[in-house]
Amino acid sequence: MKLIFEKSCPGRTGYQNPVNDVPVEADIPPQYKRVKECRLPEVSELDIVRHFTKLSQRNFSVDTQLYPLGSCTMKYNPRFTEDLARLSGFAGLHPLLAQLKNGEKLTQGALTVLYEMEKLLCEITGMDAFTLQPLAGAHGELTGVMMIAAYHKAKGNKKKYVIVPDSAHGTNPASAAIAGYQIISIPSDKNGAMDIKKLKASLNDEVAAVMLTCPNTVGIFNSGIDTISKMVHDVDGLMYYDGANLNAVLGRCRPGDIGFDVMHINLHKTFATPHGGGGPGAGPVGVNKKLTKFLPISRVMRREDGAYYLDYHFPDSIGYISSFYGNFSIILRAYAYILLLGKEGLQETSNYAVLNANYIMHKLREHYDLPYDRICMHECVFSASRQLEKGVHAIDIAKFLIDKDIHPPTVYFPLIVKEAMMIEPTETESKEALDSFIGAMKEAADLAEKQPGAFKCLPQSTPVNRPDEVKAARDLDVNFFSRVKS
Amino acid sequence: MNPYISHTPAETEEIFKVVGIKKFDDLFIDIRPELRPKSFHLPEGRSEFEVVEAVRQLAAKNDTGLKLFIGGGYYDHYIPSAVNALISRGEFFTAYTPYQPECSQGTLQALYEYQSAICTLTGMEIANASLYDGGTALYEAVLMAVRITGRQKIVMDGGVSPIYRKLLRSYAANLDIQLEEISAAHGQSDRREIERSLDKKTAGIVLQNPNFFGAIDDHSDIIQKAHALGLLAIESVYPLSLGLLKTPGEMGADIVTGEGQCLGLPLNFGGPYLGFMSTRKEYIRKMPGRIVGQTVDGKGQRCFVNTLQAREQHIRREKATSNICTNVSLCAVQSLIYLSLLGKKGLKELAQLNLNKAGFTRQLLSKIKGVEVKSSAPTFNEFTVCLPQNAEDVVAEMIPRGFVAGFPLGRYYKGMDNYLVVAVTEKRTKEEIVDFAENLDRVLNG
Repeated sequence: MKLIFEKSCPGRTGYQNPVNDVPVEADIPPQYKRVKECRLPEVSELDIVRHFTKLSQRNFSVDTQLYPLGSCTMKYNPRFTEDLARLSGFAGLHPLLAQLKNGEKLTQGALTVLYEMEKLLCEITGMDAFTLQPLAGAHGELTGVMMIAAYHKAKGNKKKYVIVPDSAHGTNPASAAIAGYQIISIPSDKNGAMDIKKLKASLNDEVAAVMLTCPNTVGIFNSGIDTISKMVHDVDGLMYYDGANLNAVLGRCRPGDIGFDVMHINLHKTFATPHGGGGPGAGPVGVNKKLTKFLPISRVMRREDGAYYLDYHFPDSIGYISSFYGNFSIILRAYAYILLLGKEGLQETSNYAVLNANYIMHKLREHYDLPYDRICMHECVFSASRQLEKGVHAIDIAKFLIDKDIHPPTVYFPLIVKEAMMIEPTETESKEALDSFIGAMKEAADLAEKQPGAFKCLPQSTPVNRPDEVKAARDLDVNFFSRVKS
Repeated sequence: MNPYISHTPAETEEIFKVVGIKKFDDLFIDIRPELRPKSFHLPEGRSEFEVVEAVRQLAAKNDTGLKLFIGGGYYDHYIPSAVNALISRGEFFTAYTPYQPECSQGTLQALYEYQSAICTLTGMEIANASLYDGGTALYEAVLMAVRITGRQKIVMDGGVSPIYRKLLRSYAANLDIQLEEISAAHGQSDRREIERSLDKKTAGIVLQNPNFFGAIDDHSDIIQKAHALGLLAIESVYPLSLGLLKTPGEMGADIVTGEGQCLGLPLNFGGPYLGFMSTRKEYIRKMPGRIVGQTVDGKGQRCFVNTLQAREQHIRREKATSNICTNVSLCAVQSLIYLSLLGKKGLKELAQLNLNKAGFTRQLLSKIKGVEVKSSAPTFNEFTVCLPQNAEDVVAEMIPRGFVAGFPLGRYYKGMDNYLVVAVTEKRTKEEIVDFAENLDRVLNG
């Protein structure tokens, strides 16, 4: 398909600017002006609408396909939250208004959303306070680890290490490293949980924190989590909860009750805000009393008369981590979603998310290797190692699914499972959709037995087939204009 | 009942049988009784209608009827309808990161086009597929300069947004980075002070154009001196101004970042916004964030993939160039649609229109008794004035008159309590501007 730049026709335009109604035709001295032309496309509005509509049709999405991408919680995104996010009372609100003198009066609605959302998240997770500022999950991790660092600094602790399990998301070690820590990776035991003996051997006074995903990335809830918390707290380490998998345990368990000191939530996972093709997300961070005073500023507070305001006066705060108050319109969507579901709706979310994953696990266990064969939480992880004996990889099965009009599961993660296929159906998929997935997976297993060579030319139903990734990295082409000389 | 769950009681029963359980609790046996919630007191669920009504009422408590003369890096521009219509397509906004390229060509091609648009806009060779916002993008640029040079000192010009400066301070606190800040003045960058601060231990100099006070600069000379000392020049820009202004590429900058909110994104009370980053080809492997590259498929057809992923956290973990995973793809696509609508001519016109309106406002304000226009340098759509009294108070008095008069500097700068930064976009009509000046005159001079 042509690029928008290749559809350009000199003299065409897609938008008419308002006329200049002021009696000034200002100019700036030539040394401050650009010389080289900005080569944006010259296309009509209809050209643009067709181009981007056609592009959108080249995507799989939750709206069009089952999307059981493990660890990403690709659930249905309710439409009413989109309408709410576009209300002019929110969309047109300038963030600096709240910082003017008496400016809080101009923004009471928005501040109410932020304040109430914090309180809701506190009750859902058992934490004592939240910041809604982090702009994505990984940004939340970084914020959390910065607060951990501030805690140890304030206590005069000399800490050097952050411990993560080998099943952790890559963002955990990356965030801890950017906050200035060295990483110790702990292997998993035969049940897929963190090996407690190995943890014990690595724990010492220099450990700042342990970062855990619970349930973890193989979909298992570590029932010894309280033992781990105690061990870590005994060396004055802190427990970090990666909330990527919170969708499994709403109303069943709260990180704050089981020993976690700090956590983040991916609103775009558990609370149904759209993933946007890779963001924007939002990664609120919750803390218990040990860490409250280190929360980033500003914080939204409530006066006795019920009015909300922004408070910047926290001398121990780690400071600004975001330009404003977080990805407000994402927070707003999640807030409306929580209000609609309420207590029971949230509990049902986890019940059905876990039920659907177990259904898939049971239906496919004869067809694929199941490295951790026990009740799973919201996702199950299979291995294609049996298929690999015939030369069929997890990625081949993924491509087969694309031809069946299903988005593939996460493959090759977690790293501890060979040829991993991580399947997270979420609560919003119907039984028919689950059955069609199960049917397609069985067909793939069958084909791998009988005709393993058939996979290499898949997918065939998509506008393009397998890309040459080696060429992409070797003959780097990331900018249309550096290929085409003017 | 959760309305987004479709299982009927009969289906649920059937699945229970397959899984071998009698009730939901049986699925959660790993959560021992002592690990269960101490409380879960949440409100009862409500219908969609009830929630929509409640949230609408909250929206009505925000005052968005005011005429905005406030900017500070975030501007009240008009957004053509086609932008929202196109990004509201579910195939864009309910997809995730394009991990499977064959069924994600829509997002991937759009991001390649976005990267190309950012390159031509900033005059640079390569760009990534977006970062969270202008502030965090600048922080990533600083880390990138430290990685490339192996040096630890960063010099920050006084014209850089005070919000960004605060951000950088928080992030640098845990790292071995020394931040040296040039004191702020309201004009162009202070060459003498900057030169005094730069040395062979410096990794980068952070500049902003137009700066927070609105002044336009040509940083070519500073950048040349920086290069002579082996350090990198990081330029933070207001992308709309690049319809007219000298690009960072033309000045010789090494890393360019900025806030893309003005490119078709609503103000949204602070987010989501769009952080962009562009740089030189040679630094591509040191750049954070996703990068989309063009390649061919098995049949030789053009296609697009996430490339150079070996830099990223899901592969390199603690050795990654950044911890970023989710970025702001949808906002990037949004800005691309906006830029495509404007096109080559429209962007230039729009920049000129902003320049004219701000120029007119500047003229009117300079005639008001007691108002002193402070920017001796040329300005774009924002400029600094000094008032005869506290600017915060003046802004507060202008609100009942229907105007947000600007951003008072006293909040971030000591000794600048009477200073106000005024922004004017294409949305402000002549009538509004005249009305604004008259009201300001009345507030100041009775």
